[in-house]
Amino acid sequence: MKKEEIKKLDEILQAHDYNPSLVIAVMQDIQKEYHYLPKESLTYISKALKLPEAKIYGVATFYENFSLDAKGKYIIKICDGTACHVRKSVPVLEEFRKILGVSEEKPTTDDMMFTVETVSCLGACGLAPACTVNDEVHPAMTPEKARELIKELKEESAK
Amino acid sequence: MMKIRTREELNQKYREYSRSLKSQKKQILVCGGTGCVAGGSLKIYARLQQLMLEQGINCVVQLEKEPEHNSVGIKKSGCHGFCEKGPLLRIEPSGILYTKVKVEDCEEIIEKTIVGDEVIDRLVYHDLDGKAYDKQDEIPFYKNQTRIALEHCGKINAESIAEYIAEGGYQAVAKALFDMTPEEIIEQITESSLRGRGGGGFPTGRKWASVLRQTEPEKYVVCNGDEGDPGAFMDRSMMEGDPHKVIEGMIIAGIATKAHHGYIYVRAEYPLAVERLKIAIEKATARGLLGKNILNSGFDFDIKISQGAGAFVCGEGSALTSSIEGNRGMPRVKPPRTVEHGLFDKPTVLNNVETFCNVPPIINKGADWYKQYGPEGNHGTKAFALTGNVVNTGLIEVPMGTKLREVIFDIGGGVKGGEFKGVQIGGPSGGCLCVSATENHLDLNMDFDSLKKVGAMIGSGGLVVMNNSNCMVEVARFFMQFTQNESCGKCVPCREGTKRMLELLTDITEGRGTLEHITMLEELADTISHTALCGLGKTAASPVVSTLKYFRDEYIAHVVDHKCPAGQCKALVNLVIDPDKCKGCTKCARMCPVNAITGEVKKPHTIDASKCIKCGTCMDGCKFGAISYE
Repeated sequence: MKKEEIKKLDEILQAHDYNPSLVIAVMQDIQKEYHYLPKESLTYISKALKLPEAKIYGVATFYENFSLDAKGKYIIKICDGTACHVRKSVPVLEEFRKILGVSEEKPTTDDMMFTVETVSCLGACGLAPACTVNDEVHPAMTPEKARELIKELKEESAK
Repeated sequence: MMKIRTREELNQKYREYSRSLKSQKKQILVCGGTGCVAGGSLKIYARLQQLMLEQGINCVVQLEKEPEHNSVGIKKSGCHGFCEKGPLLRIEPSGILYTKVKVEDCEEIIEKTIVGDEVIDRLVYHDLDGKAYDKQDEIPFYKNQTRIALEHCGKINAESIAEYIAEGGYQAVAKALFDMTPEEIIEQITESSLRGRGGGGFPTGRKWASVLRQTEPEKYVVCNGDEGDPGAFMDRSMMEGDPHKVIEGMIIAGIATKAHHGYIYVRAEYPLAVERLKIAIEKATARGLLGKNILNSGFDFDIKISQGAGAFVCGEGSALTSSIEGNRGMPRVKPPRTVEHGLFDKPTVLNNVETFCNVPPIINKGADWYKQYGPEGNHGTKAFALTGNVVNTGLIEVPMGTKLREVIFDIGGGVKGGEFKGVQIGGPSGGCLCVSATENHLDLNMDFDSLKKVGAMIGSGGLVVMNNSNCMVEVARFFMQFTQNESCGKCVPCREGTKRMLELLTDITEGRGTLEHITMLEELADTISHTALCGLGKTAASPVVSTLKYFRDEYIAHVVDHKCPAGQCKALVNLVIDPDKCKGCTKCARMCPVNAITGEVKKPHTIDASKCIKCGTCMDGCKFGAISYE
């Protein structure tokens, strides 16, 4: 790891008082920084928090929000809660996957631009079917809107 | 910010802030809930502020300032509940509600409604018959509700402690600290028959009494905000819209059980709730309403926020505490119960957000007042998230025991896009309610005990309305998939059992089912319910059991006739073109992604079933309604 990366991790650890019971919060902050949990960072916090690497790995793999794989610049999450499901969220998900050429097994595009995943209920059921792009909610999605959204994001990124 | 040191100072602030609030000539409340924010309400808020500034209207954002007459207050409130019609804007004191407001409407609103006293007809709510409703309280969606837990949601600025105090906030804490003993508080709560709103329905008073009895000096109060049920957002709205009420309820639980530390466990999927709670805790601490020696009573209480990381099972008590401790969120065998060995192995009060929101009103107004709502043993109100195929999606609160019919047809405005088929209540742990030859659940009272009798549960309060285009086998499969994904894997019945049940259900929806599949589903359901370790596993089979009970015909149609009556299971339906309706416009043939449609111009087209992927694009695109499921 580079020096500035270690510095960043130290800052995160310090903000949580090196408290091993706050390991989830520490990992959440690391993920906020990198959009995933780099392997070396987990080894590093294992030593700093005096927790076995196996335990850290166990916690990281238990919770759905943690990812050990790098993600794209735009993370698209399609809500598949009940309300979205009955208002047909699956065709929206399929459309995103089709235009970006990704799947459940391979959620990220090769150019590391987009990651498509499902998320359990966002609680935005009034806007069903909903999806989020980097935490911004897009309401009442349809396959057509999905195509437009991707076009907009590609244009935005090209600027 | 000035500290509020004594009860007298709190009362003084209460008078000061409510006077300041009343001196405002008009108030604009822009909904700042997740739904309306996604619809652009924050831009509307900014635009209104800018317009008032430009036009020299005296606009007040904070109550802490000296009262000025003829001023106009503007605030971001919590969720108004009527999410379907968002972004929403309410104007006080006249109670006008504007729906689906756009940034371009702001100028007209200021000119006509704020400067003038005119109602803009275009923006008020119109029902399906075109009748206009100027005032929020007259709209059927609101008229039939009783709001206790949601009392302030949509009425006050969620980020302002002064407004909460102006509405009588923290008075219940003062009363609990100075006028009542812990035993008396618990007696009031027990007497009110408040039961856990997270789904279990355990009597809150009894829970608190057990914690008070523990001799251990260190105890905790934990608020369960891990609202993971798909289709539920009551707790989110309360945390976002009235965070101080959650805090106040927790402090009272602390006073009653002699606990001094609180934790709020919030789902990571609710960033706005986390932010609002953080602001509320900071402000309450700065004002001395949290921390050491609250109101000079000698009582200390602090609250920390713990964020979840995406595990549904953490809504279970022992899994939740394990997650706060920094471990994998897995449930453990009980007893010992959380009230004896909870967070950090100490006695713990663990209640749901909505339960805590009911506490301050009960302390303020007394158990007898609370008991006027709802039937014996099920007193009070319940918040529901009304979603799915219903006209008015949103957040509602009704007295316990309200009939399902009133909720769906009076408040919800009826079923959208088809006929009423059923509702799914209580999420993945709950069941279905319906109308059939033998059952009529529309006239069922919605309370803990009545729902239990028909094999459903109130759960946390998600109500998903389904019409005749929703296949019940598919609904059961959807919930099983959810539970299977979320099973933590600790106990065999849940880990393996849900997997096998999901396989069986998938077989049925994909056309490989036999009658034996149904028998096996029933056997597995029985075993899992009796042997799983925690509530997640024990109730995992409920949606299957309940759909099998009320919609058995539909299962039979799938496995014997190989038909999906609702037309949702793609493997079991064929799309066909009605030659009488087809005009031969060729649109469908051009739209079809797999070129399965052929035909000459101006002559009826046909679909090649062997190529068709049943995506339904042609059906949605046909202007003549000629394409349908066979």
